[in-house]
Amino acid sequence: MSKILIRGARVLGGEPQDVLIDGGTVAATGAGLDAGDAAVVAAEGQVLLPGLVDLHTHLREPGREDSETVLTGTRAAALGGFTAVHAMANTFPVADTAGVVEQVWRLGREHGYCDVQPVGAVTVGLEGKHLAELGAMHDSAAQVRVFSDDGKCVDDAVIMRRALEYVKAFDGVIAQHAQEPRLTEGAQMNEGVVSAELGLGGWPAVAEESIIARDVLLAAHVGSRVHICHLSTAGSVELVRWAKSKGWNVTAEVTPHHLLLTDELVRSYDPVYKVNPPLRTEADVQALRAALADGTIDCVATDHAPHPHEDKDCEWAAAAMGMVGLETALSVVQETMVETGLLDWAGVADRMSFRPARIGRLTGHGRPVSVGEPANLTLVDPAYRGPVDPTGFASRSRNTPYQGRELPGRVTHTFLRGRATVVDGNLA
Amino acid sequence: MVPVDTDTTDSSADSSGAARPVLEAPDIARVLTRIAHEIVERAKGADDVVLLGIPTRGVYLARRLADKLAEITGRSIPVGSLDITMYRDDLRLRPARALARTDIPADGVDGRLVVLVDDVLFSGRTIRAALDALGDIGRPRAVQLAVLVDRGHRELPIRADYVGKNIPTSLRETVKVQLAEEDGRDTVLLGLQRPVTSGEQ
Amino acid sequence: MLRLPGASPRTPGHLISAADLSRDDAVLILDTAEEMARVADRPIKKLPTLRGRTVVNLFFEDSTRTRISFEAAAKRLSADVINFSAKGSSVSKGESLKDTALTLEAMGADAVVIRHPASGAPYRLATSGWIDGAVVNAGDGTHEHPTQALLDAFTLRRRLVGADQGTGRGLDGRRVTIVGDVLHSRVARSNILLLHTLGARVTVVAPPTLVPIGVERWPCEVSYDLDRVLPTSDAVMMLRVQRERMNAAFFPTEREYSRRYGLDGDRMSRMPGDSVVMHPGPMNRGMEITAEVADSDRCTAVEQVANGVSIRMAVLYLLLGGNEPAVTHSRP
Repeated sequence: MSKILIRGARVLGGEPQDVLIDGGTVAATGAGLDAGDAAVVAAEGQVLLPGLVDLHTHLREPGREDSETVLTGTRAAALGGFTAVHAMANTFPVADTAGVVEQVWRLGREHGYCDVQPVGAVTVGLEGKHLAELGAMHDSAAQVRVFSDDGKCVDDAVIMRRALEYVKAFDGVIAQHAQEPRLTEGAQMNEGVVSAELGLGGWPAVAEESIIARDVLLAAHVGSRVHICHLSTAGSVELVRWAKSKGWNVTAEVTPHHLLLTDELVRSYDPVYKVNPPLRTEADVQALRAALADGTIDCVATDHAPHPHEDKDCEWAAAAMGMVGLETALSVVQETMVETGLLDWAGVADRMSFRPARIGRLTGHGRPVSVGEPANLTLVDPAYRGPVDPTGFASRSRNTPYQGRELPGRVTHTFLRGRATVVDGNLA
Repeated sequence: MVPVDTDTTDSSADSSGAARPVLEAPDIARVLTRIAHEIVERAKGADDVVLLGIPTRGVYLARRLADKLAEITGRSIPVGSLDITMYRDDLRLRPARALARTDIPADGVDGRLVVLVDDVLFSGRTIRAALDALGDIGRPRAVQLAVLVDRGHRELPIRADYVGKNIPTSLRETVKVQLAEEDGRDTVLLGLQRPVTSGEQ
Repeated sequence: MLRLPGASPRTPGHLISAADLSRDDAVLILDTAEEMARVADRPIKKLPTLRGRTVVNLFFEDSTRTRISFEAAAKRLSADVINFSAKGSSVSKGESLKDTALTLEAMGADAVVIRHPASGAPYRLATSGWIDGAVVNAGDGTHEHPTQALLDAFTLRRRLVGADQGTGRGLDGRRVTIVGDVLHSRVARSNILLLHTLGARVTVVAPPTLVPIGVERWPCEVSYDLDRVLPTSDAVMMLRVQRERMNAAFFPTEREYSRRYGLDGDRMSRMPGDSVVMHPGPMNRGMEITAEVADSDRCTAVEQVANGVSIRMAVLYLLLGGNEPAVTHSRP
């Protein structure tokens, strides 16, 4: 395997140094390394991060290849600086058997843009009634450790308890999509001042918070791990903070869009802003940022949710929920966390690589940039600023809420085990 | 440019500085008196006359004429207003306009001699619209037209039965009628349309 | 016309929300409707004003009353009217709103009057670029029904101020109470916004389950006690309450609802002498209103229907009666 010398990059935002990649691992770091026969990447002024890890991606394959495939989704991931993504289970068929998760995992391997770590369904068909074969999925080639019915809440308390208990046998984690179903029947957007004016069905914060409260208590009771998907309210932050203060094994993620956008945008009735959980208020956004900064929220997860154009080019109620996010995640985090002074680049590395890898128990990702570690690396130019242009997305879908919005930062290179998947901002 | 009917509150004349009065208050009073007498004479006592003013200034003129007719005949003459906005042929040339009041005297217009009253007769299009509007309201015995000023330049086969003053004009000129009820004073001003292209000083 | 106060984008040339209307706009519409109402008293109830214009009534929800009101209004102005009833499972999906819009655009619709079960559908239609014509919201989901609010304000102004005396005026200082299912009512939303714009003081009365979270930012007061509000109400607007709400636990029983929030003769007698009772229809007699009240002289339900045609004529005229709408926005 060829050698690559990254010249003058600020590792995790620190002092400039050189990083030599050889044979899929970091071979040397330091100032003024001799390039020798290595290809040189001039990275002065750029920040070198460990390859980003997404705990929450919808790749849509199998079943909805019109919106995304493993190939297009992993290309998008690579362009966004990711070297590993967790593919959610709500495909058709649902990823509730060893066969489906192995297929998705293998497709990721074959395409080679980004590792795909399948998430297994908690219950058969995401129906919340019978546990899926969690052990079989874990024992498969995909080695599933994260289980989620994402898109649907495991609302039955007994099923949730059993799932939490069961995965202890193989150090799994249940990633809960916290949404009390009865409180969100017909819900279209955050319940509050804006929903009252717009006449859109309200999605109360309490529908999320009540499930989180229950699940952290359940996790504590059975001594297992629970991970809260896409936390969206200030109240949820308080609950997670409280659970962590008790020493319970609770982790949480926030999406980039919940760090930036509010329900005021829904006044446009443009379904590009329709997402689950819904965009909340400015107060919630501020609480989420603070929680990500202080570590109450462990990580950023994209909840990349591609949808074909026709599912968004319609009236609000008829539209699908979700936004694409892989290719804009790092820019939004830079905008909301770095440029606000809430996180430094080492913090970004922690929240977008180290911690999500740890929650997913990935061994080859989320490692420090040091000699002997796998060369999963992302190089970002933080000085770049420009409008988001969805026509350039590798994702098959264009449902981004950021079209035309000016955001900072640009991933210039991504390396997966020492091989460049992105060079100068383009797929290698 | 499309000629502008001067029954609208066209302000182009006052700003030009060139506007000069062609009728003053006493002249206006005198011509209205004359028109009133002509109506009585031609309508043989004016006992079936209904006056309908075309908003805005035509309505005030109609009321003044009604007062004069009452003085002459000793009877009160029915007077009303007829808004022609929704019958205009130039609706699509300008933004939608606010409507004025159409107020038909209680006994209606059927079988009556309706005298339409307007301030300026120009292209004739307003009167065409008024005739259409009138047709939807009833069937008068006959319709006549009284105007304070006839400035010429007809675009339709329409003429006035009673004219306060004929003022030959060029299309570049503007005629602006001001009445005390609306404008605080009675006068008719002749001005020049401000050229569109020649720049400001 | 404007959209909601605050951050809303503008939708000039359309009527989407009562909040789009400045006081001057609203008074202009009411004054224009007053002139239109006079046409109804003439032997020939037709005006040539919109000859050659095409108005499409695009109804994704059954509402014969609203549709025929718009149809009568457009026909009295000599517009060509096309009724497009798009209700039914195959066309009730989002994609068909767009495809239907493109069809209407191809047919040269100058205005689209839309009724849709999804809140915001008229706004989407007006801002999506699918069509060029004017969009008039004839009721969208649980959002708004601005022409209903306009006809209600028109009815109120005629009753409380007078048809002639009211011209050029609003409803300043009048106290209007709106009673019932405010949560699901597009009529209530539009009325609260418009009545406030016209200077009226609005109070909504409902069981707390039927008042939306976020109501504190609305320009109205909220009460749960009808009896306390009635003696100071110049007008009471009773909203239709759907019996199905009972099954979703918004209130225990019909009997309890009508006992606490229904208007009967006894309650009506405690209202000021010249006050009026309004209902947008169709009425649930025995539920929110008793027959005694519905059939009394104070009840304006039938007048509201007649006034609906005048208001819709005014709106269509002001939107289509020129080369650009008369009401284009003035709110800063």
